[in-house]
Amino acid sequence: MPGTSAAPFAADALFQAKPTDICQAPNPLQMFVDRAFRSTCLVLACGTVLLVGFIVVRIAYAALPAMHTYGFDFLLGRVWDPNTSRFGILGEIWGTLYTSILALAIGSAFGLAVAIFLSEGYLGQGAFLLLRRLKLHLHPMWGRAPDALEQLLKNLVELLAAIPSVVYGLWGLFVVIPLIRPASIWLHANLGWVPFFSTDLSGPGVLPAVLVLSIMILPTVTAISRDALVSVPPKLRMAAYGLGATRWEALLAVIVPTASRGIVGGIVLAFGRALGETMALAMLVGNSNRISLSVFSPANTLAALLANNFPEAGPKEVSVLMYAALVLLAITLAVNIVGALIIQRASLAHVE
Amino acid sequence: MHRSLLTALALSVGLLSGCGGDNSSASAAAAHDVKLQGAGASFPAPLYTKWFKAYTAAHQSVQVDYQSVGSGSGVKSVIDHTVDFGASDAAMKPEDMAKVDGGVQLFPMTAGAIVLAYNLKDVPNLKLSRQAYAGMFLGNVKRWNDPAIVASNPGVTLPDLPISVVVRADSSGTTFVFSKHLSAIDPDFDKGVGANNMPNWPVGTKSKGNEGVTASIMTTPGSIGYIEYGYAKSQNVPFASLENKAGKYVMASTASGQAALASAALPDDMIVWASDPEPGDAYPIVTYTWLITYKKYGDKNKMAAMQDLVKYGLTEGQKSSESLGYIPLPDAVVAKATAAIQNISAQ
Repeated sequence: MPGTSAAPFAADALFQAKPTDICQAPNPLQMFVDRAFRSTCLVLACGTVLLVGFIVVRIAYAALPAMHTYGFDFLLGRVWDPNTSRFGILGEIWGTLYTSILALAIGSAFGLAVAIFLSEGYLGQGAFLLLRRLKLHLHPMWGRAPDALEQLLKNLVELLAAIPSVVYGLWGLFVVIPLIRPASIWLHANLGWVPFFSTDLSGPGVLPAVLVLSIMILPTVTAISRDALVSVPPKLRMAAYGLGATRWEALLAVIVPTASRGIVGGIVLAFGRALGETMALAMLVGNSNRISLSVFSPANTLAALLANNFPEAGPKEVSVLMYAALVLLAITLAVNIVGALIIQRASLAHVE
Repeated sequence: MHRSLLTALALSVGLLSGCGGDNSSASAAAAHDVKLQGAGASFPAPLYTKWFKAYTAAHQSVQVDYQSVGSGSGVKSVIDHTVDFGASDAAMKPEDMAKVDGGVQLFPMTAGAIVLAYNLKDVPNLKLSRQAYAGMFLGNVKRWNDPAIVASNPGVTLPDLPISVVVRADSSGTTFVFSKHLSAIDPDFDKGVGANNMPNWPVGTKSKGNEGVTASIMTTPGSIGYIEYGYAKSQNVPFASLENKAGKYVMASTASGQAALASAALPDDMIVWASDPEPGDAYPIVTYTWLITYKKYGDKNKMAAMQDLVKYGLTEGQKSSESLGYIPLPDAVVAKATAAIQNISAQ
């Protein structure tokens, strides 16, 4: 195809220096392209920042009337009653943080484990041993199986991120809740004195929401942690083994700490996603303003509150909801800043 | 859609053949084209969609679009003049009506019942007294073997299960009608919770939409929640017979719903709530749903189309409502609403 080959040819002429013109000044066309590229990037970058700023300003502007009326009491109130115009989001703030933190704990534990499993060659090694026993390890096709298997598992985990949130919600409603009901009834009946099991699981509640949320954030943690683990320089690994470290020691004392910056980055990103997750939580969390440590109790989150109330909100309620949205933004921002600080510290410690 | 396709086809034929004569007929028809844009309640949306589709098919020159965005948004769109007509389950407040220049005309278009769907494996025909179901939604009746429930179900073994109440998480006309009914029958509910699109329920988990509540009920043993009759019927969810004002236990059906509607006379503004119907054969929780039109339309063709559309819904449209789980309007209501069509005029 002449059309497709022409473009690379032109690009070659532009950017690939031939030995003869290596010491020439850039021609006007090259300079123009350079400049155009630089200014395009600048405009797009500024545009992104402006857009974020614009969103925050617009939300804050729309929230102003509610901020005037309710002030800080809004953050501490526990009642949401449009009937009497009493609005408070302490329950939602609690629910948002509680579900996200629990989901993060479960999701990062599993996510990091999967990342280590995939990056340190456990799967490939196991498959290789199996193949050797079957005397297939030098076979032209089967010999490639260990690598292919690792790649497959990695893609499968990343595929989790592609499932729409509403599908997760439905799955939670029809599969997870019936699945955990017998265990939760037993836990409440026998260990009811533990604050975490102090209420009945009636259906939607914190636990199903947390379980589904942890699966939703798992691919984020896994993908980023795996990349960080894979990019640990091989010489560090070799040196650790060379000094006589066991695999366990090498992993915990050298490889994971070296990759910690990327791992923490993945966890912070996952936390951000957990805080903002809307649809699945609106379906699973029970949407009830209760503040309870019990994982079987229904709760509510800020994102679910917004999703449920916006469609039919009157002008006054819209302002209140905008205020809630602003609080959610602030929480997410705070999490990101804390995350950035942790990453900075981790990398500093690494340098020392 | 259909028409624009035709126009495009005619245009392209004209362009291809090189003579402009072909598209004259298409543009002549386009001059009479009227597009009516409506938005509002989601409860009657399946019925409206069916009507408008049939109407557009029969009247090539009129195109009707309806967006089911919820009653509140429907009323808001009417006030903002972003639609040609609105629809609402909660009618329209007088102060909202005052915001529209020239005024609005409401038409009751169809009606529906709200049922209490429940999940109890071995209890196929649950009967609930007024005291029992009001108590459930207030959080006073907590277990299925509560004396208030046992008393109205002689011979039925009720399990010792906690009652999981499911309510709507989103603001909705269904909730408004249900809470209005509870307020009418229980003074405690009236004082403590009150009628609202989204009241501050003292108990229960919340799910979004009829489908969310139904899913929660179907997956949670011992749960109960309010959903629309048509939806419950199509999903095969069991629902309870409810005690009405006359002390009889009545199942939701077209007949019992119509009996309830007939008990409340329609005033001139067309807004009436049968919050607690009296007749012995009446199902206690029914409601009309309204179409909101302007009294004055700038465009004469639009006005004529609007009148014709309302007329279609009140006559021909009533025939298809029962199969979708709605209650056809009583004849007296149809007559009164039809007479009110004359209130729509062109400026």
